[in-house]
Amino acid sequence: MSAGANKAGKRTGIEISLAISEAAKMARVDAVAAYPITPQTHVVEHLSELVASGELDAEYICVESEHSALSACIGTQAAGARTFTATSAQGLELMHEILYIAAGMRMPIVMAVANRALSAPLSIWNDHSDVMACRDTGWIQVFAENGQDAFDQVICAFRFGEDRRVQMPVMVNFDGFTLSHVVESVEFPAQELVDSYLPPYRPENTLHPDRPLTLGAFAMPEIYTETRMAHEAALLASRPVIDDAWAEWGKLTGRHYKAVETYRTEGAETLFVTMGGLSENAMEHVDAAREKGKKVGLVHIRLWRPFPIDEMRKVLCTAAHVVVMDRALPPGAHGGPVFTEVKSALYDQSRRPTVHGYIAGLGGRDVTPADFGTMYDLAMAAVKEGKKEEFRMIGVRS
Amino acid sequence: MAKPMDQYTWRELLVGNVISEPGSSQEYKTGDWRSLKPVFDNVKCIKCGVCWMFCPDNAIMQDADEFFCADLDYCKGCGICARECWPGAIAMTEESK
Repeated sequence: MSAGANKAGKRTGIEISLAISEAAKMARVDAVAAYPITPQTHVVEHLSELVASGELDAEYICVESEHSALSACIGTQAAGARTFTATSAQGLELMHEILYIAAGMRMPIVMAVANRALSAPLSIWNDHSDVMACRDTGWIQVFAENGQDAFDQVICAFRFGEDRRVQMPVMVNFDGFTLSHVVESVEFPAQELVDSYLPPYRPENTLHPDRPLTLGAFAMPEIYTETRMAHEAALLASRPVIDDAWAEWGKLTGRHYKAVETYRTEGAETLFVTMGGLSENAMEHVDAAREKGKKVGLVHIRLWRPFPIDEMRKVLCTAAHVVVMDRALPPGAHGGPVFTEVKSALYDQSRRPTVHGYIAGLGGRDVTPADFGTMYDLAMAAVKEGKKEEFRMIGVRS
Repeated sequence: MAKPMDQYTWRELLVGNVISEPGSSQEYKTGDWRSLKPVFDNVKCIKCGVCWMFCPDNAIMQDADEFFCADLDYCKGCGICARECWPGAIAMTEESK
């Protein structure tokens, strides 16, 4: 299990949504604002219980919509409070315009997003449609692979998001239902360990009557472009800070996280690319395919924004073929978001693999390890036909 | 701001474009927006102050003789003062430039 006795935390079977609430508690959040009903998860429900019972000394603001939830979060964060919230699906979209404002104002709010499909038709089930619609909001975005990952990422997110060199809001994405409502064995670190890792929040700028500041003012055409450039530069510059935060967490807990994880990529001719919880299904498939002598491996993206372009190029260019699974369909775009991102990253590489993009698992449709075999077979058939790329939805009845 | 806005590089901006000097909006002369300006006829003006009361931009001042006049640095030329001036002492006239 853990690397050493001093690192061993307490292992508990817990619903992942509740584990995320506990992570926010261990991060000693000062404020939580949330809209409590559908499409909310147990994350904020449990946080309200923790606040009500006195286990967590925080302000819990129950608002009338997600738009207000994130607006309230910006307010508490601007007042210097470490702030957390959670949402999902339509709730995330109702926050949409405020997402940009939180990012533009450089408010290091941490938000857990249980990724789900968007209406219509009404669906409450898992895919990545909600977060992909928020791809360009300027937040740091990580995707958890399992419950432990989601728990750890919440704590790490406060650490790198609040860092004076970063000061960015962070979305911790975890798959709706397939992670959010699943009971998993999660190792809880000691509170002292979290306290040593995550110092109290000391913001650079806060609203205070003694030190008047204007936050979120308007920008004339003379300054807007420079402001966007500053945001872009800051988001890209957050990479080393994120890496350091993960490295330090690894030292303390024995759990090591990277922006891009690789699984059995040595000597692989074909690499799958996935994000989120289904990466573990892909691993199952890779294991089974390797048994049969197929040279396949998996590249699992944990950090979606800022996009880890260097690592992706480095690992993908070692393969002949890349098979990307997307969990969202951007209509009319000729490819899923991860697929187009990967293709764009590889375009100017001298030695680049063929790239095949498959949309799978929309609105709660299962993606089994065998489905990765289907994607592999389709990609190989396309290669045989001389295609350098292919894009299609799989599992569609026709 | 210590220098004109169009001279700042992106590296010089404060995080999140925070404005650290209170009252900096005074530097933004919104009078540039104006196509019509209020012209005051002091013969008709009875110094009632209705124009001052209704101005949404706080751009009506009083001169040394307590007659009302527009602060043309900030007056956007909305015409509310002229509309509300019941003695008819304010006329909205085309800006010459």
